[in-house]
Amino acid sequence: MASAPSKLYADDVSLVVVLLDTNPFFWSSSSLSFSQFLSHVLAFFNAILTLNQLNQVVVIATGYNSCDYIFNSASDLNRSFENGRMPVMSSSLLQKLEEFLIKDEQLSKGEPEGRIKSSLFSGSLSMALCYIQRVFRSGALHPHPRILCLQGSPDGPEQYVAIMNAIFSAQRSEVPIDSCYIGAQNSAFLQQASYITGGVHHKPQNLDGLFQYLMTIFATDLHSRSFIHLPKPVGVDFRASCFCHKNTIDMGYVCSVCLSIFCKHHKKCSTCGSVFGQAQSEAASASDKKRKTPET
Amino acid sequence: MASGHVTKRAKYKTTIKDPGTPGTLRMTLEKILFVPHNPKSAGKLDVEFRYIKGQKHTKEGSNKPPWLNLTNNQNGSFIFEFENYSDLHDCRDFVGKVLAKSGEVSEKPTVAYPDEQLSAAEMELRIKLLQEDSELQKLHKQFVLSGVLTEAEFWATRKKLLDREASKKTKQRLGFKSAMVSDIKPSTDGRTNKVTFNLTPEIILQIFAEKPAVHRAFLTYVPNKISERNFWTKYFRAEYLHSTKNSIAAAAEAAEDEELAVFLKQDDILASEARRKIRRVDPTLDMEADEGDDYTHLPDHGIFRDGNKEMTESQNELYKRTLSQDINRHAAVVLEGRAVDAEFEDTKAVAEALAQSKRESSNKGESDGDTSRERIERLSRMTEIEDLQGSNNLPLAPLCIKDPRDYFDSQQANALRTSGDALGGTEQIKSSLSIPEVYSSLRESISSIKAMGWKEPIVKPEVAYQVFDALTNSISNTKHNIGKNPQESVLDRLPRKTKEELLHSWTSILELLKHFWASYPITTSYLYAKVNRLKDAMSNIYPQLEEIKGSVPSELRHQVSLLVRPMYQALDAAIQHYEASMQKRSTQSGEKPNGYV
Repeated sequence: MASAPSKLYADDVSLVVVLLDTNPFFWSSSSLSFSQFLSHVLAFFNAILTLNQLNQVVVIATGYNSCDYIFNSASDLNRSFENGRMPVMSSSLLQKLEEFLIKDEQLSKGEPEGRIKSSLFSGSLSMALCYIQRVFRSGALHPHPRILCLQGSPDGPEQYVAIMNAIFSAQRSEVPIDSCYIGAQNSAFLQQASYITGGVHHKPQNLDGLFQYLMTIFATDLHSRSFIHLPKPVGVDFRASCFCHKNTIDMGYVCSVCLSIFCKHHKKCSTCGSVFGQAQSEAASASDKKRKTPET
Repeated sequence: MASGHVTKRAKYKTTIKDPGTPGTLRMTLEKILFVPHNPKSAGKLDVEFRYIKGQKHTKEGSNKPPWLNLTNNQNGSFIFEFENYSDLHDCRDFVGKVLAKSGEVSEKPTVAYPDEQLSAAEMELRIKLLQEDSELQKLHKQFVLSGVLTEAEFWATRKKLLDREASKKTKQRLGFKSAMVSDIKPSTDGRTNKVTFNLTPEIILQIFAEKPAVHRAFLTYVPNKISERNFWTKYFRAEYLHSTKNSIAAAAEAAEDEELAVFLKQDDILASEARRKIRRVDPTLDMEADEGDDYTHLPDHGIFRDGNKEMTESQNELYKRTLSQDINRHAAVVLEGRAVDAEFEDTKAVAEALAQSKRESSNKGESDGDTSRERIERLSRMTEIEDLQGSNNLPLAPLCIKDPRDYFDSQQANALRTSGDALGGTEQIKSSLSIPEVYSSLRESISSIKAMGWKEPIVKPEVAYQVFDALTNSISNTKHNIGKNPQESVLDRLPRKTKEELLHSWTSILELLKHFWASYPITTSYLYAKVNRLKDAMSNIYPQLEEIKGSVPSELRHQVSLLVRPMYQALDAAIQHYEASMQKRSTQSGEKPNGYV
């Protein structure tokens, strides 16, 4: 590998970091069973690795309490078939996944009930970006990274800041975040992540054909993407609504410290506690009084 | 306007190349009349002023003759060459006044406002601004000509534009030429060995700027000790001695003539300045880092003239100057720019102005004690040893966000609402199962796939076909409307005409709204009338917007109505405010008849 000439890393070599939703609450209520899902996804990984010899797949499990790397094709080099049923690497992925779930379960002991059953998407997204940063720093020659989120659980509003930060850093380092939402409602986080980073967001209608969706939409490398037509979002409305009444507003007051949005003037920011000055409104009224002559 | 006409001698040229027909140019408020001296020649001209759209003229001091170029509304032009610049200026001012006047008349057919006494220059600037910016021109035409806004109101919000334009004129200054002074070539008369140098104040200024010692010598010697002519003769004699590279001869001549020696010696002012500059060089400057940029050792680079051959006896070092010194000094002066920008006829004035500006700049920047302290400070800043420094605790309050969920609700709620999915489904997952149960069911499915292997086949062919079919269908549908690039703006997908109309209605709505909201609170009847005018103009925009919506093909109509909606909202808000305040007025009108809100 050390003598790898530069030509080996052509523009169509991909590093796909896959964020796999392993939220047990979601999978226990999903119409698609987890084992079906896994067989689609594992086949898809295999396909990516065979598309180009140098392609690399890294899988991060997005659990309910934690997240962890469960597979890296660069270290699992055994591509042989084990007793004819599945490749060795797939079974090693499953092995790691099982261990991960045991750990994840232990962490949830003593967890109060009633939390929104969302996955730790912010954590896995950050891990993916860290891994990609390491790849960037590994030298001038590296595959083109992208992130693929396979998500089914609902969004966790409490992760908003962390997720948005991750999305923006992905945007900055020009890593597209593709997202495939397999849950019941759609995910605003994923839509926004793909929209901002220039990735593809898709919500398959027919989950039995998940493998087909993955292969058609998400398998192509970034270079080839410029030549093919991929599903486009219908357009997302990212207009803001105020924090106080949740009304969609076009014009409002913004806290200069934490960027919270309000539809009317408050004395104190309800989000970060900053005290807003009065000077501005007083000055405005004073100047209004002065205006006796038309300022034309 | 003091005089209603101007009469000047001028040449009428049909093109710039045309030598011109000499004659008399007479301008009255209504028309321009040109009568050639020679009654037989063609070129008689009789043009009414209302066909004249603008004027251009050559600048005084440029090497062009005084030309005035009047453009008419058919894009033709009339060029007049005057005998001198003052004639040109008279005519220019007159044309400016007449144009401004006719502009005022045609632009405000309704009422003349008392506060609009504009100078011709101001009017000219406005006309120029309108010509340069077609969008501005459109707005101007739409609102000012139709009487919605007055000329003054329109420009009041663009004061900055006018100011900037005005200041731009004075800011741009001519710098020194990059050609070196030594490039001045003398002219010879060919018969004798005499050479003549042609010195202009500009060249002299440059010589003074580059050679402070010459400047000092000029101030002390001329005209008390020697005449100016003698001074420059000696100067060029010295330059000649330099160019011969004969430092022995130079030393000999310098010994005889005191004044000549001044020119031949190293410039001591420069030398002391150089020493001061060296003291100010950042001590942490890493010259080795720049070494890679040095390409003078490569073949065909560098200066050959300044080779080792010039190393002569050290005793005559005093009278030697190297080319690189010259070049460096010249570059420094050119970069410094010209501090004196007035144009001088007189060399004495040049010398004094330069001396004045030098004193000012040296008063400003220089006190050696300061610089040495600064140097030490910079040194300690650059070579900071972090371990020895105290931690710099900045007085910052940590950001504490009580509930980040608010951000989510504020932003994402809309995203989900429009994508047609049920909102509030975040709690939808029924946690009928306990935590251990869900985990064990997940592990079961993993062990089942481990035992069974991959499903065979992974996807049924019919399902795969369905997926393919649905995907291609939706892609081919959206491709038609949405285009290739996800970052592409909606506007680019619309027909060009619609796009332009939309953008224009946005700018005109913004213009109206800006004036509308700026008029509140209504304190005078003037503002009251203005608001009424604006309100009428705003209500006229509604049918226009409907028209735009109606003109696009049906598949784009949704996109257009999305774009138009915020326009409606902004207009609605303004009109609502208008009506509310009108109601308030009518209820209060008994108490406050003079129109205070």
